[in-house]
Amino acid sequence: MIAAYRFELRKLVVTWRSRSLLVVCWSVPGVLVAAISQQGNLPTDTIFGRWMGTTGWAGSLVVLSFCCSWVLPLLASVLAGDVFAVEDRLGTWRHLLVAVRSTRRVFAAKALAALTVLVLLVAGLAASSTVGGVLAAGAGPLVGLDGQTLAPRDVVIRVLLSWLLALAPTLAFAGLGLLGSVVLGRSTTGLLLPALLALALQLLQLLPLPMAVRASVPSYAFLTWRGLFTEPLHGAAVLIGLAVCVAWLVAAAGLAAWLFQVRDFTDGTADGLGRRALTRAVLPLAALLAVSVAGVASATPSSGQGIDRHRLEPALARAFGHLYRLQARELHRPDVTEHDLHATAACDKGGSLVDDLGPGNDWRCAVTWRLPGVSATGTAVYQLQVAADGRYVADGDGPQSVNGSFPVATPTGVEPNPLWQLDGYVDLISHP
Amino acid sequence: MRARQVRKAYADVVALDGVDLDVSAGQVHGLVGPNGAGKTTLLSLLLGLSLPDRGVLELLGSTVRRAHALPDGVAGFVEGPGLYPALTARQNLTAVASLRRIHGADVAGVLEQIGLTDVIDDRVRGFSLGMRQRLSLAAALLTRPELLVLDEPTNGLDPSATQCVLELLRRLADDGVAVVVSSHRMDELAALCHEVTLLSGGRAVFSGPLAKLAAESGPVDFRLRTTDVAGAGAVAAGVPRVTVRSAGDALVVRADQEALDTLVGRLVAAGLPVRELTAVVPPLQAAFLALTQDAP
Repeated sequence: MIAAYRFELRKLVVTWRSRSLLVVCWSVPGVLVAAISQQGNLPTDTIFGRWMGTTGWAGSLVVLSFCCSWVLPLLASVLAGDVFAVEDRLGTWRHLLVAVRSTRRVFAAKALAALTVLVLLVAGLAASSTVGGVLAAGAGPLVGLDGQTLAPRDVVIRVLLSWLLALAPTLAFAGLGLLGSVVLGRSTTGLLLPALLALALQLLQLLPLPMAVRASVPSYAFLTWRGLFTEPLHGAAVLIGLAVCVAWLVAAAGLAAWLFQVRDFTDGTADGLGRRALTRAVLPLAALLAVSVAGVASATPSSGQGIDRHRLEPALARAFGHLYRLQARELHRPDVTEHDLHATAACDKGGSLVDDLGPGNDWRCAVTWRLPGVSATGTAVYQLQVAADGRYVADGDGPQSVNGSFPVATPTGVEPNPLWQLDGYVDLISHP
Repeated sequence: MRARQVRKAYADVVALDGVDLDVSAGQVHGLVGPNGAGKTTLLSLLLGLSLPDRGVLELLGSTVRRAHALPDGVAGFVEGPGLYPALTARQNLTAVASLRRIHGADVAGVLEQIGLTDVIDDRVRGFSLGMRQRLSLAAALLTRPELLVLDEPTNGLDPSATQCVLELLRRLADDGVAVVVSSHRMDELAALCHEVTLLSGGRAVFSGPLAKLAAESGPVDFRLRTTDVAGAGAVAAGVPRVTVRSAGDALVVRADQEALDTLVGRLVAAGLPVRELTAVVPPLQAAFLALTQDAP
C-alpha cells in the first residue's frame, strides 16, 4: 500500500499541473494580500476585507473567503477529478493493475495521493496568505463578525480552525471528483464535475431556499467558518456542516471505490459508464441529499430561509455594543461595557407591507442604547444588506456623530469610524 | 499455465468460448488469430485483469479465483506498453520493482539487456513505440517472471530490435520461463514458438506444434520456376494430389508436403532444373487462413 501511495504521489507531483499549482498556492496569495493591504481602497465587499489594512489576519480570511467561492472546488476538480481518468487517457490501467495486483490498493493509493496534494495546496494558500498579511499589516487584533475585538493569540487559533473547516467541504468535493473520475472515464466532464457542481451549489446558497436544503449540501460548510468569529460561536452550524461533508465524502468516495472494484479492465480506456452513471452515481447521491435534508430538518429548530428579524436584531445589537466600545476607546472616551450599554435593535424589512423575513437590501434597523448615568436613550439607524447565507453589511444612516463617516486616529493609523459600516453574520441554524 | 473450458462474455458478445490451453515451463506458446478472435481477452485473463465466467484457469499451480490476484511469477503486458510519459525509464522501472516488492532490482542491468541504457534517465514521453515496447518488456523482466505474457512484443520494432527481442525470449525459454506471446507476424511465431494456439471467433481452432499445424493445413500453393515451363507442367500433371496452373512465366502447383517431394524428385529425374520453388503464402499463414476462414 505504501509503495502504491508513493508511486501515485510521485505521478501527481511530476506533472506540470500539480507543480504549477503548488508554486501558485504557496506564493501568489501572500503577494496579493501584501499588495492589497498597502492600498487605500480595501475590498470592503469581501468579508473581513475592511480590516486588511489594520491586521494581517484579515488578509488570510479574505483569501479563505475568496477560495471558498470557487478556488477550493476547482483544486479538488483538478486533482481528484483527474486521478483515475488520467490512466484511461494514458492507457496504463492494465500496466498498473498487473504491477499492483489489487484494485483496492490502487483506489486507496490514488485517493490518498490526491487528497495529500490537495491538503498541501490548501496549506499553501493558508500559510502564504497569512504570512503575506502579517508581514504587510502586522499581527494586530482583529474585529470579529459581531464586533468584538479578538486578541492576536485568539485570532491565530480561529484562522487556523477556519482553514481546517474549509478543508471538510474541499475533501467532500474531492470525493465527488473521485466519483466523477471513475464514472466518466476519459471524458473531460469528469475533470470539471466538482467545479461545476460547486458552482451550482454556491448559487443554491444564495437562493431563498429552506435552510434544511441549503445546509444539506457540502457547499454550506464553506460558509460555516465565519461562525468562529462570533460570540457565541455558531457551533451547531459548524457541526452540521462537518457532518454533511463527512456524509458526502464517504458516500461519493465509497461509490467510486465500489464502481472501481467492479470495473472490467479488459477495456483499458473506458469512456465511462454512460447512461449507467445515472443509476450508479447520480441516484444514490440524490438519495443522500434527501436523507441529509430530512436529517438536518429534524436536527435543527430552523425552518424557512433562516433570516428573520428575531435573528437579525440581537446580532446587530451585539455587534453595535462591541463596536461602540471600540469607538469609545479610539476616541479616548470613558470605557463602557457592552452590558452597561443595553444595546437593542428593532428591524424592519421593506416597510409595513412586507414580511420581516429573508435576505435583501431593504432591511432598516434602529439601534438604541443607554449610557450609565445618563437618562436619555441613544438611537442610531442602519441600512442593512442581508445575504441569504447570513452575512450582512450594516451601513450607518445617522446620527453622523455616532455612525457617520468620519476618520478616527488609531494606534495603526487613521481608520474609518468603526460604527459607520460593519460586517456581521447571523446564525441561521440555532434558536434566536 | 493451464486453462480448461474457459469462457468469457461481454454482454451478448462471447469473447472466449470453451478455450483449453497448456503452456509448460521453458515453452514459447504463440497465440494467433484474426482481430476479435479473443486473443486480448485471453491474455487479459492470464494477467489477472478479469476472471473467466466459466472454466478453470491455473497459473503457476494456483487456480485463479479473484481478479487482480496474480501469483508473483507472472508478468507481461497486453495491448501495448503501459508506461508513464512524465517519468523516466529508470523511474518507470523502479516503480514497478517497488510495487511488486522486488528488493535490489537490477534496473540498469535489465535496461542494458533490452538495449535502452542510453536513455535510462530520459522521460518516456520522447520514446518511440519500439522503445516503449522494449521498456515494457524490461518492466516484465524486472520481476524475474516464471510465466511471461506478451501481446505483440515486437510491434513497432525495427528488424534489428525484433531479432534482439526474439533472441531474448528464446533465452528466457531456455532458462525455463514459460512464454505466451501473441502476434500477427507468422514468420516471427514460426521462428519463436514451440506451439501455437489458433483462435477464431472465441474458440481454439487449433492448438499444438507448428509442424502439426502445417501438416493439418492441407495442400499449399507453390510458385515453380524452371527453364521449361511446358515440360515441368507436363511432369506435374502426372503426379498424384498435385494440381497445376500457369502463372505467366511460372507455374503454380498446389500440393501437400508429400506430393511436393514427389514432384521435385520427378523434375530432377526428368532433367528439368528447378530455379525457384516457394510457397505463394507461407505454410503457417496458409494454415491460419484456412482454419480461420473455416471457423464459424
